[in-house]
Amino acid sequence: MTEGAPESAGGPAAGPGRFPLAREPAAASARPSPARDVWRQFLRHKGALAGAAVFSVVALAVLLGSAVHGVDPQYLDYAARNRGMSLAHPMGTDNLGRDMLARVLAGGRVSLAVGVGAMVLSLTLGTFVGVTAGFFRRCDGPLMRLTDLFLALPVLPLLLVAIMLFRDPLRAALGPELGIFVLVVAVIGMTSWMQTARIVRGEVLAVKQREFVLAARGMGAGPHHVIVKHVLPNALNPITVAATLGIAQAIITESALSFLGLGFPSDFPTWGRLLYDGVPFLGITPARVVWPGLAISLTVLSVNYMGDGLRDALDPHMRRR
Amino acid sequence: MSRYVAKRLLFSVPTLLAISFIVFALLDLAPNDPTAQLPLTIPPETREAIRESLGLGQPFHMRYLKWLGQFMVNEPLNLMERLWGIEVGDSAERLRVRSWSTRAPVVDLIADRLPQTLTVVGVSYLGAILLAVPVGVFSAYRQYSVFDQVGAFVTMVGFSIPTFFTGTVLIVVFSVSLDWLPSIYDTTHRVTDLESFGYQVKQMVMPVAVLGLFNAAQLSRFTRSAVLENLNRDYVRTARAKGLTERVVVLVHVLRNSMIPVVTVAALGLPSTFAGAIITEQIFRINGVGQLLIGAIESGDIPTVQTVTFLFAVLIVAFNLAADVLYGVLDPRIRYD
Repeated sequence: MTEGAPESAGGPAAGPGRFPLAREPAAASARPSPARDVWRQFLRHKGALAGAAVFSVVALAVLLGSAVHGVDPQYLDYAARNRGMSLAHPMGTDNLGRDMLARVLAGGRVSLAVGVGAMVLSLTLGTFVGVTAGFFRRCDGPLMRLTDLFLALPVLPLLLVAIMLFRDPLRAALGPELGIFVLVVAVIGMTSWMQTARIVRGEVLAVKQREFVLAARGMGAGPHHVIVKHVLPNALNPITVAATLGIAQAIITESALSFLGLGFPSDFPTWGRLLYDGVPFLGITPARVVWPGLAISLTVLSVNYMGDGLRDALDPHMRRR
Repeated sequence: MSRYVAKRLLFSVPTLLAISFIVFALLDLAPNDPTAQLPLTIPPETREAIRESLGLGQPFHMRYLKWLGQFMVNEPLNLMERLWGIEVGDSAERLRVRSWSTRAPVVDLIADRLPQTLTVVGVSYLGAILLAVPVGVFSAYRQYSVFDQVGAFVTMVGFSIPTFFTGTVLIVVFSVSLDWLPSIYDTTHRVTDLESFGYQVKQMVMPVAVLGLFNAAQLSRFTRSAVLENLNRDYVRTARAKGLTERVVVLVHVLRNSMIPVVTVAALGLPSTFAGAIITEQIFRINGVGQLLIGAIESGDIPTVQTVTFLFAVLIVAFNLAADVLYGVLDPRIRYD
């Protein structure tokens, strides 16, 4: 991964210009494309492979599960309250007779959506700050001070405070469900971009001095062109790893907020909220805590393993052991 | 070195000021009326008088400066008076940050809650370090062994599972099913004899385990990679070539050098452990600082929230500074100029 634009394997297979022969089809097939090389490395990492498998299963179950298990998660069946596991209710029911499996599936959709949404926001912010700080020297000082400041903020207390303050206005403005979703995604995204910004800035600083960037600038390319065509593709690897780990972090943070009673409401639950709601009934139906907790743990564990595998696969130093 | 410390200390002042402003402004802009909970029969002028008495009649910057003065000047003075039994100026008239819900000075509330939090956080962090370092060193020394692979899996699981899940599972197993340990932490419990000490140990086992294992997982991963980095260095080969025993090579030469980054990471991680204690305190009903914060957030007690949140920020800044300084002290190769 030492040449430009490794992931876009659509064009000439090898690095730009260094191996002119590689443009011929026979030579191109002799040298595996970088993307395939990364994929092969990823497959070699057993943990990452298992993580990818488990995560796919969880994601598929959450996305398509309601088609198989067609019970309404909001349906109250008072006759069947606090039931254990059975064929009709594979994960039992809660104290209002709602089916736990349906609720876990519905909660998973929200949890995963929050994880991905917060990751996208934090990645966008972090990449923007990192590229700006690394590329424009005048912005470097202030932006890095800002990053340091954000790193010194007590995140969990501030998240709790932000949710307490803006929950009601946002829920009134955007509707109860969208409002809380936007709020949680926004506060998690806005307090987790710092690591990405630092990584991207370092990468940009390194790439900026390379010959191909100097050549592009010498040919009159503007900053926008250089950033989009040359800098960002080269910073893609650390961003990918940060993105993967960011999903896990966001899911944990969201469920911690919900567990403290300051995240999603009970009628629009996530895994964290289901766990929180189950705690008072630990003595009667411990399954209400175990299933959502297992779902969170499995998801986070598998995403972390995938991140580990990606880091090893994308890092050329790790590869040539 | 001392110049560097002085520079860092000076730099932490604007950082803290900026954070204090963010915390104050964020809470102050909130559409939140402390008199909203009071009965509707109170006449408007009385309501206005109550708001005045809470210090709300003044413009924003005045309130910020007053809060800052109370927190940065008055409270440290009070603390000094209490510690050394001296009197500085007019201490009875000194304004203090007061909680809206209890009318007690916030700092006194925190002082009441701090011992519980410190006990649990301190014991669990110490336990985490004592567990993580040997595990990390041994995993690195026997890289790719069964121990290393099992250890890698366990630590990955340990830091992926959220503490609120491990905590509740422990309660299900040890309090509900087996009935061995109490699920609620009794802070009024006093240790007077061996039996009461035993109860104290019993009620601390689960919170300490939950918080400690989470930290141990992170620290041992870090220790492992730090030791691995050192094991192939030239000085290790030299030490072995001199005929030193493996014990001395690993436990003296390698360990000392690998501990440099571990110590700084341990210092950096301590503030987030305090923040993590918010969750642990909620699970086991420990009435520590974290629960004070949650309670204050739920009841809209803005002064308490501001002060506790800012205190967390002070902790973070202080330990970041400590980590930087420790790094310089432990590693003479690092020169701050």
